[in-house]
Amino acid sequence: MDLIAQLEAEQIAALGKTIPDFKAGDTVRVGFKVTEGTRSRVQNYEGVCISRKHGAGIAASFTVRKISFGEGVERVFPLYSTNIDSITVVRRGKVRRAKLYYLRDRRGKSARIAEVANYKPKDGASA
Amino acid sequence: MLRSGIIAKKVGMTRLFMEDGRQIPVTVLQLDGLQVVAQRTVEKDGYTAVQLGAGSPKVKRVSKAMRGHFAAAKVEPKRKIAEFRVAPENLIPVGEEIIAAHYFEGQYVDVSGTSIGKGFAGVMKRHNFGGLRASHGVSVSHRSHGSVGQCQDPGKIFKGKKMAGHMGSARITTQNLQVVRTDTDRGLIMVKGAVPGNKGGWVTVKDAVKKPVPANVIYPAALRSAAEEARRLAEAAAAEAAAAEAAAAKAAAEAEEAAMQAAEAEAANATPADDAATGGENNEG
Repeated sequence: MDLIAQLEAEQIAALGKTIPDFKAGDTVRVGFKVTEGTRSRVQNYEGVCISRKHGAGIAASFTVRKISFGEGVERVFPLYSTNIDSITVVRRGKVRRAKLYYLRDRRGKSARIAEVANYKPKDGASA
Repeated sequence: MLRSGIIAKKVGMTRLFMEDGRQIPVTVLQLDGLQVVAQRTVEKDGYTAVQLGAGSPKVKRVSKAMRGHFAAAKVEPKRKIAEFRVAPENLIPVGEEIIAAHYFEGQYVDVSGTSIGKGFAGVMKRHNFGGLRASHGVSVSHRSHGSVGQCQDPGKIFKGKKMAGHMGSARITTQNLQVVRTDTDRGLIMVKGAVPGNKGGWVTVKDAVKKPVPANVIYPAALRSAAEEARRLAEAAAAEAAAAEAAAAKAAAEAEEAAMQAAEAEAANATPADDAATGGENNEG
């Protein structure tokens, strides 16, 4: 393992985050820490994960898309960000793509994603 | 109070997530057997500096002359050599090894290195020219520089005119980079932001010239020998403290034992007397 990969692995271990097993198509709820002045609170952002990027390293990120007041909103979260309080999988979606960018061109009925009927957690992964 | 800089190897870039939610892009620099190879003194050379060497090449790839130079300093052959001007009082003895604690977290440094070579580059890439228009009669020369001068007067192109040419592979200094983290065990220094050059390239790190020198930098340098000495002293002190504690514990245990023995003895003394007393009663009876 090269030194950078080793440092990243160490940092991931030190951060001690439990990342649920989720992929594009899943509906996730992200608890994001927001600081207003001096006090901070957790703001939930729920939507469909449309992409996971940059593998399993410290640079990994994911994009969550939701329709807010009739307008599509996408947010990119760094997977290991210390601003992320929690990631919860709300619903498992059945999709045939790793990146669901086609959802950007769709509205309503055609933007639905079928639910996975028989989800099995991967070995060692927390659901 | 100019002190020595260091030679480091650029390992690569990564990011650090801080507790307050910030993420910091950092370049990881590694110190690889960084030792003083020679000194430059006023008497001999007219100026004061230290020559540092870093890296461990194959000995057969080091020229005989350099092998002799390293042998005179009694150090392993080094891959990269650089000189750093220092104040006379900050000269470091030959053979001393510098460690990553030379810089502290939060300090500002300047990092110099050889930038990545771009080859022969046009003016748009090299000098951020705008190029010519995409249409309106422009033919073949969309990325060219256009006019380079005036007319018969001055009748020449001014020196320093920005034109196409070789780009990169130049010595570049990036100033005021902040040290985010240091790791003395592995010889790592993490600085915020990018550093010139390729991964695996050599860079030199110095205290930032455009910031006041911090009060808590180590003079003449953070040396392995000094760190070992400090560690040894700390260990000795710890051992002494432990010994004192053990002695105290032992003394306490002894005192307790003595007390126990005394109590037992007292009890034993008491018992025969009782026995005698009872025996006496029996006899009487």
